[in-house]
Amino acid sequence: MSRERTWAAAFPVDRNDVELIRGAHPPRWKNPEPDGPYNLVVIGAGPAGLTAARDAASLGAKVALIERGLIGGACINVGCIPSKSIIRTARLYADMRDAESFGGDAPRRLHVDFDRAMMRMRQIRQRISRADSAETIAAEGIDLYFGEARFGGPDTVVVAGKRLHFRKALVATGAHPSGPAIPGLAEAGYLDNESMFNLTECPQRLLVIGGGPLGCETAQAFRLLGAKVILAQSDPMFLPGEERDAAQILSDALAREGIEVRLNTEVVAVRGEGGRKLADLVRDGDTTTISVDEIITGVGRSPNVDGLGLEEADVAYDASGIRVDDYLRTTNPHIYAAGDVCLEYKFTHTAEATARIVVRNALFRGRERLSELVVPWCTYTDPEIAHVGLYPAEARLNGIPVKTYTVLMHDVARAVMDGEEEGFVKIHVREGSDRILGATVVASHAGEMINAVTLAIRSGMGLHALADVIHPFPTQAQGIKMAGDAYRRTRLTSLRRRLAARWLAWSRR
Amino acid sequence: MLRADPATLSDDELLERYQRAAFGYFLENVNPDNGLVADTSRPNWPASIAVVGFALSCYPIGVERGWMTREAAVELTLAALRFFLASPQGGGEDVTGHKGFYYHFLDMRTGLRVWRCELSMVDTALLMAGILVAGAYFRGDNAREAEIRHLAEALYRRVDWRWAQGSSPTLRQGWKPKSGFLHYGWEGYNEAIVLYVLSMASPDRPASDDSYEAWTATYQWENIYGHDVLYGGPLFMHQFSHAWIDFAGIRDAFMREKDSDYFENSRRSTYLHRDYARHNPYGFDGYGENLWGLSAGDGPGGFRASVERRTHRFSGYAARGAPFGPDDGTIAPWSYPASLPFAPDICLAALRHLADRYPQVIDDYRLPSGFNPTLANRRRFGGDGWVSEGHYGLDQGIVVMMIENHRSRLIWDLMRCNPHIRRGLGKAGFSGGWLSQPTGPAAGGGDVA
Repeated sequence: MSRERTWAAAFPVDRNDVELIRGAHPPRWKNPEPDGPYNLVVIGAGPAGLTAARDAASLGAKVALIERGLIGGACINVGCIPSKSIIRTARLYADMRDAESFGGDAPRRLHVDFDRAMMRMRQIRQRISRADSAETIAAEGIDLYFGEARFGGPDTVVVAGKRLHFRKALVATGAHPSGPAIPGLAEAGYLDNESMFNLTECPQRLLVIGGGPLGCETAQAFRLLGAKVILAQSDPMFLPGEERDAAQILSDALAREGIEVRLNTEVVAVRGEGGRKLADLVRDGDTTTISVDEIITGVGRSPNVDGLGLEEADVAYDASGIRVDDYLRTTNPHIYAAGDVCLEYKFTHTAEATARIVVRNALFRGRERLSELVVPWCTYTDPEIAHVGLYPAEARLNGIPVKTYTVLMHDVARAVMDGEEEGFVKIHVREGSDRILGATVVASHAGEMINAVTLAIRSGMGLHALADVIHPFPTQAQGIKMAGDAYRRTRLTSLRRRLAARWLAWSRR
Repeated sequence: MLRADPATLSDDELLERYQRAAFGYFLENVNPDNGLVADTSRPNWPASIAVVGFALSCYPIGVERGWMTREAAVELTLAALRFFLASPQGGGEDVTGHKGFYYHFLDMRTGLRVWRCELSMVDTALLMAGILVAGAYFRGDNAREAEIRHLAEALYRRVDWRWAQGSSPTLRQGWKPKSGFLHYGWEGYNEAIVLYVLSMASPDRPASDDSYEAWTATYQWENIYGHDVLYGGPLFMHQFSHAWIDFAGIRDAFMREKDSDYFENSRRSTYLHRDYARHNPYGFDGYGENLWGLSAGDGPGGFRASVERRTHRFSGYAARGAPFGPDDGTIAPWSYPASLPFAPDICLAALRHLADRYPQVIDDYRLPSGFNPTLANRRRFGGDGWVSEGHYGLDQGIVVMMIENHRSRLIWDLMRCNPHIRRGLGKAGFSGGWLSQPTGPAAGGGDVA
């Protein structure tokens, strides 16, 4: 199948990438010789695999770690790290455009140096990947193998012609972008949320398919870097599953920045024509055709389960990934899974958290449960949208009466000073108590702010006590404390007020 | 512009003027042949079925206030009801409705669907609410009023509410012949209570009993600016169903849990909008104690512009809400009479402030859909900023009805006695308050002549 040209170069793009490869998959790496059975064989050196291998090795386990591509997995190479690096540059340009509102002078002519933004991203990626280089891992006492791993039986993995026997194994092979099945898209050529980092020029006119976290982050970053962006989302709002007010604020922000927002819109066909790509968009039965230079899809990730010989090892899986129980054990009791290959929520931090569970459960007969994790997440748009715990609708469906304490960021002094008033803090508690069920924060630094709520939930701290936690003034995280203050005010019932007033009146006598 | 000085008028005189001016919209914009009423007063604009629902609810008010004769009201009501019963229904393109529902916008003359618009569930519900008002009000012992009662019952009964659920427990928002049910998210509290009440009450084709519970499962109860509210951003969400149903003192399971009711919720939401305007986070001109009220309505248009060094996106017709937005500085001044029964003090103060500070936006006591003082002397706008051209039927209808409910409770009392409304409220789990009292003498659409 011949693909039309995309605007991306082939990896490695520059010497930063060459350095990255040298550390993350040394071309002349010599695989070790297996010497007896391993306590733990880990397939996949992404966040889950690295965490498990290191935790196990630091406790004295004999560990093998197998990687077919680059150490670091999607996160370092094609995920969070490159995307958030680019978002930082995008925010810089947004601030330059808004310089007047910060009391500064906006440049008369703003030139976006896309190449420099991408080069910075590659530098950062290479720098961060150094901590996980092959040599470092080997120096930590981990047997590092490069090659395609395949189970050769219920207790054996074969890699690069070597048979590795294990007492326990962990599958942490991650996931890959699932391209949408749109007729003509593959032929016309497109980028996904991995290959887009090889772009060397900013497409002038860009269609982003999918209004989930990946699509929204991508659309906003490219818009701020100067592209004309059309964002097509099949659902009626962005970030399906998030609270509607969060999605509303994001939708407004995207539109304000000049992104052409197309909700309730399906991309039904794509074709290449004269170096451009024509996409048919359908909304409520009406079709419109748009012409763009490039298409980026951000519509989800599929687990990497093919070619692993999972059948030989009696490990069951389906389209959503490897089947695990609450202890992250697969259908083979000696094999566990962690990270994107088995989880619904595919985040680096959940990959790492589940890897830690696996080390304890697999090697030390632990009984830690996936369902007991308190998992926050964040979409790195501006404003960011972070969430932890239950949504009100989830709570209500489970018969839990829920009440939300809302603080608008425009009431948070530091947010006003920073010109970052967009958003809110919503903390959901069980009605009639201060037990925190969950929270959503929409703010420029929501990802930082949500941590206080995660900590409170994890430690069983109620909203009442959260109000007593002293926050330095002025910080945006005070929004969290202010929700606690709002809770306290509602507890000041008329009876309490009357009793207090009577006491104070008596004190004056 | 205002022709008389509102400052010299008593509250009731002032309200009478605003109410009558709004009422005039319907007589000026109705096609007497088919009873259809234009969505707006702009030239060649189509009819909106919801506006017809408001018109049918306003005619009895006109009769009681002496602004039209009973005969004229009967004439217009009959024209509309006969039209809706006889107009073509079906799954094709050139029709008026389907499954007893109607397309949102209809040609004023032919009554056929225009703009390739959607078959609208909530707008049909507002139309049906108006039809039930007609059936409840015209109790006269004569053939024409009996025909109104008969037609009202027939039209309401033939709506296939169960079909409108699609494959989900909640009701769909719309449907189109090619694409089927629209894929709009419609979660959280909004103006749809009357839709659920009417759909569950239907004697022949009711929505399933779990529909209301499924909808209320998406509610969010929040403490915002110190108010405990069932959140709904735009103010019209707190007004539209309330134009027909008096929610004071009656409670469903949700409101029993929260020890509140929907009337009280609308009161608090009105205050929340005022508080938002006092905060005025975006620094829009005029916002404050007596200039507030974001709602669904006309707007200055789709463009981005920098105001006081901040980029804003200005919208055309859109639902604006507080405190989460969108907000582009466009105020819906009809919100004041529309929230009058809930918060009379602050609504009257705002209405007086409007006439005092922005008399140019009021057309002889008729309120525009929206105006935007922030845009004064910016872009192509003059010193008054942007003011919506002409008038919208929805705004005028809610103004007439809510002022009347505030003054005499006419619509509320009519609907309290309507057996469909009572049955629907009961099936949705409402109890207490006036629902525990027996119905009055004005029996509703159940006893058809």
